[in-house]
Amino acid sequence: MITLGDYLAVSGILFTIGFAGVMLRRNIIIILMALELMLNAANLSLVAFSRFHVGPAGTPNYNAQVFVFFIITVAAAEVAVGLAIVVALFRLRQTTHVEDITTLKF
Amino acid sequence: MSPFLFWMFALQMLVFGAAVIINRNPVASALSLVVSFLGLAALFMSLDAYFIGIIQVLVYAGAIMVLFLFIIMLLDLRAEKLRRINWIASAGGIAVALALMVQIFSVIGKFPAARQPFPPLARPASDDVRHIGLLLFDNYNLPFQIIGIVILVATVGVIVLSRRETH
Repeated sequence: MITLGDYLAVSGILFTIGFAGVMLRRNIIIILMALELMLNAANLSLVAFSRFHVGPAGTPNYNAQVFVFFIITVAAAEVAVGLAIVVALFRLRQTTHVEDITTLKF
Repeated sequence: MSPFLFWMFALQMLVFGAAVIINRNPVASALSLVVSFLGLAALFMSLDAYFIGIIQVLVYAGAIMVLFLFIIMLLDLRAEKLRRINWIASAGGIAVALALMVQIFSVIGKFPAARQPFPPLARPASDDVRHIGLLLFDNYNLPFQIIGIVILVATVGVIVLSRRETH
């Protein structure tokens, strides 16, 4: 029997993979993809809780699913702006490697 | 959903999610991310969230990943050459990620509801689009309009950022 904890554990592992990607990789585009993994891990646990809290009418709690809808919308906007910044940066420096971009580094 | 299907799709999502950060070729990473998102959409549908599963496929695996692939091919990124790896920084990153995972698992282990199975639904939730739409235009009308403004601002911002300066 699949329990709520199984979904939460899978979601936690996915979040950890995305977090490790942000910490370890040095390519900005891969870092953006790892950010998407972390957002989706949060979405998975939200949908699991939505299914777990069955209301009096016998339906899932749809508030969490509306929240997931908002998260997906904001993620789409974030990816568009992030990739536009990457393109502008590449035009200026011909690199997507974070260690080559150190102007703001203390 | 049967436990076998759950573990199959969860394993697909996690293996290809790990492949995203292991691959050195950005195109391979982006395609692994598509497969990982398809597994995630299947998990959403196993939780009776059909609408979320569909927009996961349409928006994420469709639109966002095409945008990623388009930018990778526009910038003509090849597989990055192996640079000198900073072992201390890498070990620190892995240690922080593992500490985070241990924390998440200890929180889940102390959460009593995590050991309960999902309660049954009154009937199959095939009309979830109607419920989500009602909530979206009723309870969450103001956030919905704000999210529209966010999309508009992002569109204008992308155009401003990617415009070439002409002197």
